[in-house]
Amino acid sequence: MAHDVVTGAATRRLDADVLAIDAAQETARIAANMVRIVGRELRRRGVVVAISGGVDSAVCAALAVRAFGPARVFGLMLPEHESSPHSLSRARLVASQLGIAHAVEDLGPALEALGCYRRRDEAIRGVFPDYGPDWKCKIAIAGGRDGTFNYFKLVVQSPAGATREARMPVREYLQVVAATNFKQRMRKMVEYYHADRLHYAVVGTPNRLEYDQGFFVKNGDGSADLKPIAHLYKTQVYALARHLDIPEEIRGAAPSTDTYSLPQGQDEFYFALPWHQMDIALWALDHGVDAEELAARLEIPAKHASAIYADIAAKRSAARYLHSPPLLVESAPEART
Amino acid sequence: MQDVKATVRRFLLDTVVMAGDVEIGDETSFMEAHILDSTGFAELIAFIEEEFGLDVGDEEMLPQNFDSLAGIERYVARKRAAAAA
Repeated sequence: MAHDVVTGAATRRLDADVLAIDAAQETARIAANMVRIVGRELRRRGVVVAISGGVDSAVCAALAVRAFGPARVFGLMLPEHESSPHSLSRARLVASQLGIAHAVEDLGPALEALGCYRRRDEAIRGVFPDYGPDWKCKIAIAGGRDGTFNYFKLVVQSPAGATREARMPVREYLQVVAATNFKQRMRKMVEYYHADRLHYAVVGTPNRLEYDQGFFVKNGDGSADLKPIAHLYKTQVYALARHLDIPEEIRGAAPSTDTYSLPQGQDEFYFALPWHQMDIALWALDHGVDAEELAARLEIPAKHASAIYADIAAKRSAARYLHSPPLLVESAPEART
Repeated sequence: MQDVKATVRRFLLDTVVMAGDVEIGDETSFMEAHILDSTGFAELIAFIEEEFGLDVGDEEMLPQNFDSLAGIERYVARKRAAAAA
């Protein structure tokens, strides 16, 4: 094995099978660890999994059933006013295939009462003053790929279907994100309600890309008692999905944030590349593969590959705050024994 | 003439790191020194636009323009020269 001359890190070739896993073995390993974590470390009797209709939460729910059996897994569907109706139907499909108890909790009224939609729309009107209740919106990431800093564009669509976009000033951007984060935090609150009443633990469903790059809301979807697939690249999550017989309808759906009223892919919102390329780029960076080799594999210019490495590092840096637990001025180790 | 580096250094010390004892050299990379993340750069660029009365284009949001005090000074000088031409 070669070593990077600068960092000393072991380097590996970017072979086609670097993300290959033995899905059966990995399923058994994760299930055994879930039992150990929930039973012995957390001392809970089962798990709550919020099922979004996407592949990550479907795999987590299926892994939980492998670990605990269907009687100790509780599924939750948490739609709100702007959720895609397809999400709910896919989530029901997962729950019914797994044979688990589940509930649908409509978060729309609670989010409305908190001012989630109103506060977001108020910030949007700071950029597009004629934005109204029948309009739709989303945020799209820009930069990163081409060497510029990441910045965010606001995209709005009028009821007549006309689309406009603009770079978001920082104050409006922060308010839109802060208001939208109510959605993830409200979901987590309801997950913990059910976990507390059942004496269960809450499963977080991020994959490695999301966990590493900070694609989650602190104290929202970032909060959980265990995260069973946070070590797996998205490619590997799909391998597990096939092994666990997750329905094709879910495996074939494009990853979506399902957070804004306009359709929005995860790569459009946050990642510099589609997930299958991001997986390779993240693996390559962490295994000392130089930018030229990554560029050849992804069939992109070398300078784009370098920019993507820089973008991954920048997002990791931003994710430090998200991963950080509450910090103490002075340690109190006795409290954690 | 306003000292661009001193103005931006003061902004970073007062608003971003909130401590006067942090050394920010002319060539210190804000990214590598973990002084700024993506939101921090957005705040910095908004400050520069307002403080120096210029518009930063999307294609100008590059590390070589905004990742150090020296880079910012060169960028502001170029923008002012272009505006005066």
